Amino acid sequence: MSAPEGLKYSKTHEWVAITGDKARVGITDFAVQLLSDLVYVDLPKVGQSITQSQPFGEIESVKHVSDLYAPVAGTVTAVNTELPNQLELLNQSPFEKGWMIEVQLTQPADLSGLLDADAYTAHCATEGH
Amino acid sequence: MSSLLRTPLYDWHVAHHGRMVEFGGWEMPVQYTSIVDEHHAVRKAAGLFDISHMGRFSCLAPEAAEVIERLVTCSVATMKPGQIRYGLVCRDDGGILDDVLVYNIPSPLQGKSEFGLVVNAGNRTKIWDWIQTRAPGPWTDVSANKPMIALQGPKAVELVRQLPFNFYSGPCQLPAELGYYRNGIWFREKRYGHIVSVSRTGYTGEDGFEFICGEETVKILWDHLIELGAQPCGLGARDTLRLEAAMPLYGHELSETIDPLTAGLDFAVKLDKADFIGKQALVEIATKSDRRVRVGLKLAGRRIAREGSTVHLADQQIGEVTSGTFSPTLEQAISMAYVAPAMAAVGTAVKVDIRGKREAATVVPLPFYQRAK
Repeated sequence: MSAPEGLKYSKTHEWVAITGDKARVGITDFAVQLLSDLVYVDLPKVGQSITQSQPFGEIESVKHVSDLYAPVAGTVTAVNTELPNQLELLNQSPFEKGWMIEVQLTQPADLSGLLDADAYTAHCATEGH
Repeated sequence: MSSLLRTPLYDWHVAHHGRMVEFGGWEMPVQYTSIVDEHHAVRKAAGLFDISHMGRFSCLAPEAAEVIERLVTCSVATMKPGQIRYGLVCRDDGGILDDVLVYNIPSPLQGKSEFGLVVNAGNRTKIWDWIQTRAPGPWTDVSANKPMIALQGPKAVELVRQLPFNFYSGPCQLPAELGYYRNGIWFREKRYGHIVSVSRTGYTGEDGFEFICGEETVKILWDHLIELGAQPCGLGARDTLRLEAAMPLYGHELSETIDPLTAGLDFAVKLDKADFIGKQALVEIATKSDRRVRVGLKLAGRRIAREGSTVHLADQQIGEVTSGTFSPTLEQAISMAYVAPAMAAVGTAVKVDIRGKREAATVVPLPFYQRAK
């Protein structure tokens, strides 16, 4: 698995890339491998507000359906509309082309609860694979 | 997961990146590469499954056929050596305790009558206890020391032809010549030092074989089949394959509150045979026309209606989903469900409640997939 430096991570396997008061959100390589055989993703619409630690969408694989949890709070400003029709982007490029939403942060302070790459890698090791 | 049982192939699974999960008290691989990849390997070539978690009972006695006749819904007395039948073990009220395969084993011990019973992993203890009181006989539970593997797919017969067996006791000289639902016993001094039971059976909707043998033999046989080109497959693909083939799974389509006639398994229920446990109840159930019906559903969208999703027609709830998955062959979401008989017609447009959202679905004929013969 990979977990690029510079990103923030949630324990529920979402990543956040922060630029000023904006954030881009996706799910990690570890999550994609764990889900395996993706069939469906449901993402919010532009303008929708999301709440930290609350579901902002769902992702389904042959075996399971899982909620996507917002690692930050904010308003959705962009959605990767190609993703639902090209789920392989999540396998090929989970941290780049497989991004899910862009958010205007409303509570920049809530980043403190997120993990850095090393802490996230350690967290994944405890969950096993 | 330390209290879980492990098969003799456990180390192989772990060494080959099998993702191990709990299933029926066993630690089994759910997948090695991906479920979809392994699914296609079985539909297009040959896949190999460790199914040692299945329970296997042996009954070695002249009266074995009579003992089992009372226990299952299918006819046993009419089975010839080398024949296999699918049947149900029912309670007195017709509720299904398990679905099983009955083997009439062509015993190499001349004159001995041996029958085998293959039961579901999760029901092994329950059925073992049931037969002690309701169908007592010289039973042995061979599950722990007789592992079982399944080779499934259009290329299975080609691979089995290359296995080096010499001596046999069965309906034909080579295992590749076994007819559908037939079994025999093969052995060879060198490569397969021990006895191997081979059957033309499976749980995928494809042609294929299942093997029961000793622990050391199974490792050699497994390696050899992999060497010949079989792809290792996990329980994840086993589930998507059986669902496409509309084969019921205990705990989903089958349970103690469902009878075999409601489950659509009439072919395995012989109401005209000698007495068996549950017969009286089933004779009565057979006269009822208001039984729910097991149907197939195709979803319009990609979301999967899984076990427990309710099925609706207009404002009325008409049924419930028992299994659902994404069909890799059809590339769409499919489910099996029990619905009210009046709403079970093929083509009926229904709604399925998936986590609070109603999705469109259509009643379709079962199975979803049938191999070309």
